[in-house]
Amino acid sequence: MMWTLKRGYLLVAILLLAGCSLPGLSANSDAKNNVTVFAAASLTDPFRDLALQFEADNPGVDVVFNFAGSQQLAQQLAQGAAVDLFASANEAQMRAVIDTGRVTEGKQRVFGGNKLVVVMPAENPAGLSTLQDLAKPDVKLVLAAKNVPVGDYSLAFLEKANSSPQFAVGYEEAVLSNVVSYEENVKAVLSKVVLGEADAGIVYSSDISPDVAGQVARISIPDSLNTLAAYPIAPVSDAPNLALAQKFLEFVLSPAGQAVLAGHGFIPVEEMD
Amino acid sequence: MVTASNSTATAAAAVRVERRWRRAREDALLVLLSVPLVLFLTLPLLALVVRAAPVDFLSNLFDVEVAQAIWLSMATTTTTLLLTLVLGAPVAYLLARRRFRGHAALDTLIDLPIVLPPLVAGIALLLAFGRRGLLGQQLSILGVDIAFTQVAVVMAQLFVAAPFFVKAATAGFANVDREIEYAAALDGASSFQVFRMITVPLSGAALLAGAIMTWARALGEFGATIIFAGNFPGRTQTMPLAIYLGFELNLNRALTLSAILLLTSFLVLFVVKVLLRQRLQAWSQ
Repeated sequence: MMWTLKRGYLLVAILLLAGCSLPGLSANSDAKNNVTVFAAASLTDPFRDLALQFEADNPGVDVVFNFAGSQQLAQQLAQGAAVDLFASANEAQMRAVIDTGRVTEGKQRVFGGNKLVVVMPAENPAGLSTLQDLAKPDVKLVLAAKNVPVGDYSLAFLEKANSSPQFAVGYEEAVLSNVVSYEENVKAVLSKVVLGEADAGIVYSSDISPDVAGQVARISIPDSLNTLAAYPIAPVSDAPNLALAQKFLEFVLSPAGQAVLAGHGFIPVEEMD
Repeated sequence: MVTASNSTATAAAAVRVERRWRRAREDALLVLLSVPLVLFLTLPLLALVVRAAPVDFLSNLFDVEVAQAIWLSMATTTTTLLLTLVLGAPVAYLLARRRFRGHAALDTLIDLPIVLPPLVAGIALLLAFGRRGLLGQQLSILGVDIAFTQVAVVMAQLFVAAPFFVKAATAGFANVDREIEYAAALDGASSFQVFRMITVPLSGAALLAGAIMTWARALGEFGATIIFAGNFPGRTQTMPLAIYLGFELNLNRALTLSAILLLTSFLVLFVVKVLLRQRLQAWSQ
């Protein structure tokens, strides 16, 4: 009897644990006050902060996130995921979603910008100090894959540098031959650098959060070679909770929301071109 | 006399018919009960193959990156399998044949990579063998860098897949009739001869099943590989990585790649099972 009782408790404990680890279950039970946001991986920290403020201003409201590479989110949207808001790290993936009809053309708004920066482990094992140094032999460079926006911009930077007189002939080719991995998202690029596996990586300036700032050194990329990434956000046309989605969007664009984004290294809309 | 033997004959025939009916009923029930799971497992696979257009399939098969990924997957999984056999058999034999302090702990330790999320396995490998890792630091001083190489691909596969073989081989070795081994030893066979001529053939089915599980798991390995070995076409981009990145770039391409992965796995597994089973039967007789 004791034994079965104990086992019963154990079972209950396991079920409770399982319940806790399945946020989807509890999220669906009260969908009215939920706003589900699909946001680019690079927005993870600022959007979590924004959600905290938004939830404090709107008691009872829950902001539920899915953070991933924009291209992955766009695919999930195309496959019919039930979402209220989509925040992309580039226009191309927003365009892809508009093409599937899940977002209505004209509803998208740019809410911030971002630019590239080269990061190295703090102790800088390869001794890099200029962008030209990236072409030195045996530098282990990690980039994001070209289908990830930041990977696309990294390649664009190399192409622009290649035709700039400040860089040696064959710069682009030399740098590309140093690439040891094309990572699936920008956070993975930063992790490889923070862990010291790579000598250098190219990430967004906003990726260097306060807690990793001490672990990395950086080389900035001049605006003439950089790509200013514009981040668009839009409500999904068949959003289960369109009103709340619109409210969160307005909050992101409000002075308070823009201040949060700026605090995380993003460029506020009014400072963009 | 004649009638008596006739009646026993008809009685025996009646029993045979009854037995056949019973067997047929059992068969029908068994098939009926098996249908749900078989359908559930095959329907998604079938959907994948059907969605991958045959034209795309062929053009993708001859795409350089796809060919590289297939070749890399085959080369690394074969290496992983060979390493698993060589390094895993002694561990399995130890677990099956010796009782010692820490036996249960070792047995459980072997289970751990199976339950660990592969991403965590990848991070653990980095923390051990990365440039700043426990062992990697020393290796790095010697000029050996493992991360981002094919060695890292094989290590990631070995870590997550080897336990499958060890588990199966342990069970296989434990089930071999010890009397036969003693008899062979009495006849003058050396320990290794007994192992090679008696133990391995008699546990052959279990070893084969374990080896197949290990190979299949290594072929599908994704999480540990992308963390520990990174993603570079032709160097560390195995088929699952190519499929994952392809999925974001172009769904059709990812689907055809998946279909290729499925078909090659099916062919290899099927041929190995049929061929080796025949060999094994001949061997154990």
